[in-house]
Amino acid sequence: MIGELQSLIPDGPVDEKWESHKFNMKLVNPANKRKFEIIVVGTGLAGASAAATLGELGYNVKAFTYHDSPRRAHSIAAQGGINGAKNYQNDGDSVYRLFYDTVKGGDYRSREANVHRLAEVSLNIIDQCVGQGVPFAREYGGLLDNRSFGGAQVSRTFYARGQTGQQLLLGAYSALMRQVSAGSVELHTRKEMLDLIVHDGAARGIVVRDLITGDIRSHTAHAVVLATGGYGNVYYLSTNAMACNVTAGWRAHRRGALFANPCYTQIHPTCIPASDEFQSKLTLMSESLRNDGRIWVPREHDEARGASDIPNADRYYYLEEKYPSFGNLVPRDVASRNAKTVVDQGLGVGDMKNGVYLDFADAIARDGEDSIRARYGNLFQMYERITGEDPYKTPMRIYPATHYTMGGLWVNYELMSNVPGLFVAGEANFSDHGANRLGASALMQGLADGYFVLPYTIGNYLAPLLGEAPLAENDAACGEVVSEVADRTQKWLSINGTRSVDWFHRELGKLVWNYIGMERDKNGLEKALSEIPALREEFEKDVRVLGSGDNLNSSLEKVGRVADFFELAELKARDSLEREESCGGHFRTESQTPEGEALRDDENFAHVAAWEWGGASDSAVLHKEQLEFENVPLTQRSYK
Amino acid sequence: MENTLTLTLKVWRQNSPTESGRFETYTVEEISPDMSFLEMFDVLNENLIHSGEEPIEIASDCREGICGTCGCMINGRAHGPEKATATCQLHMRKFEDGDTIVVEPWQAASFPVIKDLVVDRSPLDRIIEAGGYITVPTGSAPDANLIPVPKDAADTAFDAAACIGCGACVAACPNSAAQLFTSAKVQHLNLLPQGQAERWSRTENMVETMEEYFGSCTNHGECHEACPKEIPLDFIAYTNRDYVKSKRKNRNLLGQTP
Repeated sequence: MIGELQSLIPDGPVDEKWESHKFNMKLVNPANKRKFEIIVVGTGLAGASAAATLGELGYNVKAFTYHDSPRRAHSIAAQGGINGAKNYQNDGDSVYRLFYDTVKGGDYRSREANVHRLAEVSLNIIDQCVGQGVPFAREYGGLLDNRSFGGAQVSRTFYARGQTGQQLLLGAYSALMRQVSAGSVELHTRKEMLDLIVHDGAARGIVVRDLITGDIRSHTAHAVVLATGGYGNVYYLSTNAMACNVTAGWRAHRRGALFANPCYTQIHPTCIPASDEFQSKLTLMSESLRNDGRIWVPREHDEARGASDIPNADRYYYLEEKYPSFGNLVPRDVASRNAKTVVDQGLGVGDMKNGVYLDFADAIARDGEDSIRARYGNLFQMYERITGEDPYKTPMRIYPATHYTMGGLWVNYELMSNVPGLFVAGEANFSDHGANRLGASALMQGLADGYFVLPYTIGNYLAPLLGEAPLAENDAACGEVVSEVADRTQKWLSINGTRSVDWFHRELGKLVWNYIGMERDKNGLEKALSEIPALREEFEKDVRVLGSGDNLNSSLEKVGRVADFFELAELKARDSLEREESCGGHFRTESQTPEGEALRDDENFAHVAAWEWGGASDSAVLHKEQLEFENVPLTQRSYK
Repeated sequence: MENTLTLTLKVWRQNSPTESGRFETYTVEEISPDMSFLEMFDVLNENLIHSGEEPIEIASDCREGICGTCGCMINGRAHGPEKATATCQLHMRKFEDGDTIVVEPWQAASFPVIKDLVVDRSPLDRIIEAGGYITVPTGSAPDANLIPVPKDAADTAFDAAACIGCGACVAACPNSAAQLFTSAKVQHLNLLPQGQAERWSRTENMVETMEEYFGSCTNHGECHEACPKEIPLDFIAYTNRDYVKSKRKNRNLLGQTP
């Protein structure tokens, strides 16, 4: 059993904690670093930056990705930008302000110490990326440009057109490939981690399946880093890539790692609505569009007129009416929930009545089409390509979609889970965004963890292990996990039911979206807790996976991921049920202000909910880590 | 549903790199014009699974045209008929009811078929490994605004850096050359002040690694036509220039030039 959670937050003022902790941590001397093996799973921003940096330091690193190349990880799709408290614009930004905004934006459900460290290293991240050749936007004088993003009152976001994630990942990937070339990182592509090896109370390695040959084997090391992204695809439809999954984290959870705050999911307000039942994923349209677009729906149900024929009096600019000061720029969760409200009222637009208008007509009339094209040309083009509609002439249709997950494996201040030797970085951990992530902060956190946090903290864990060899790969402990994975893989192939993996994933997604989506209530969550296991039982009896386990078989890859989503979905429902308050991306209808805003309950819920696997999906055990706010006063958000 | 499409698909099926492949013909019905090309394949695969036939392996991940995972020859063209569009962003409204669509994997000796429409593009990573980076160990970078980069240079470097590494340039090239990919990667870094210190070694190492795996460029320009990011051919010229300069510099050091 797990005792009280040790978050290991250092003593002292918040702005000195990281500095003093860095000094207090044990070091591994340069000559000894080569005696340590480290496994890094995932090659997105967090994984690639961690593997590259650990390799540079002299550790022996093995990096794993299920992609054909590290550069394809889904960090690549991030559009907007990355925050850095450089204050290059001289507009009053500072490390403290970025810290403050992030704690507040996270609705007071993150750790102050972690967030402050994130804000501190944001400065180094920008330097590092520019040094690598990331082509951030620049002014004519050749210096870096910034913009205000996601409602921030200062311009602290660095960006590379609408492809910031791509450029940052290419930077981290190039650093990684430099280490591959130098021989300090051994790169394993098309290998999927399917289990964690825990022996004598510590993480000793992983079991992977070669996606081309089907070969299942173990790899051992002194420490394992999971940088395996978020669980947004539990909704089936999300802005995540097709293969994004929770399996690495979930398998670690089943081996003892705590899973924290699974109820926190960010629903992004500006995505293109689904066009039919076979929609496979949703595409995000950058939030920056809300700077110039006006959001509205027709006032009348069954409005038959086209958008441009509807006069102003018959248009309901619901955000501008309800939130006069922030208008269309209210935070993501508020914008999303309000879109759901009007669509649920039957005011939705489009053939499936599943969207709201994002209208640029006024901006085009004011600034001219050329100026709008200069600002958003690539986004408009992308929209037209997907929908076949021209947003210069007709308003865009948008609707919220799952975008990012703030919950994840529980980690202490050093990014180590409760399983010694198991570190978790990037979206896969829970620590920095609280209940809601600010725009342009995901890229910052992934790179902070990988470049500037893990490389220090992992040494503190490894130093006392000097002289110990990693677990032998032919050890019985490895063989046991390998055969469990092989049996599980074989089991899926032998069911030979009647329905495809995708069918079950879609049905699961509908349950999760309806009951654990933008609004949750006790009744719905209890239904989720009975319907999800029922569907899972059917899945385990009736799923059909054709082909064999000894060559490329994407149905076989998917089935294991969907099985883990089923268990996660159940935990997500329990966590949502348990958290009887609204905060950030978690909105309980029972807990709202008279104006319909999220109402926190700081007295009872200012804690991290960290769940321990109890042997079955319905027997998770809750552990609480109390959150202390010594610097940022707890206040109710208001955007009126 | 109104205006749906019925299509005949001729799809390359190949079980493994060592077995020979064949075309199989399938029919799909009630395809919405708003569906993406890959969603049409999802429908076909659902039908195949239902009828007990193994689904077709076709690579994709982000499905928003940025990760570079997807890509196949559609009616003989890399990524299909729509310009500047990756396979995942191609939509069925670009096809007519009753069309026959031929779908094949990328064809290049350096991209062997793994299964069906999925190929191995790992030689592209070998080119990056050879020098597609700036040596800046973590923590050692100077302040980001210390070196001004002229906006034009930054913008042009970005145009090169927009490459998604899908391999369409190689697939479209009659010689299976990788000049467009390689030059985009070389020039992204060579155009920036930060990239100058390693400019010449980078150029030589990347070009020579490319030549180990891929064919030679004979200036057809098919690569640019097929490129979903419309990477300009100019980068190939810049890279050729840098390569020659680099070789001359080597001779200088040896005292061989007049």
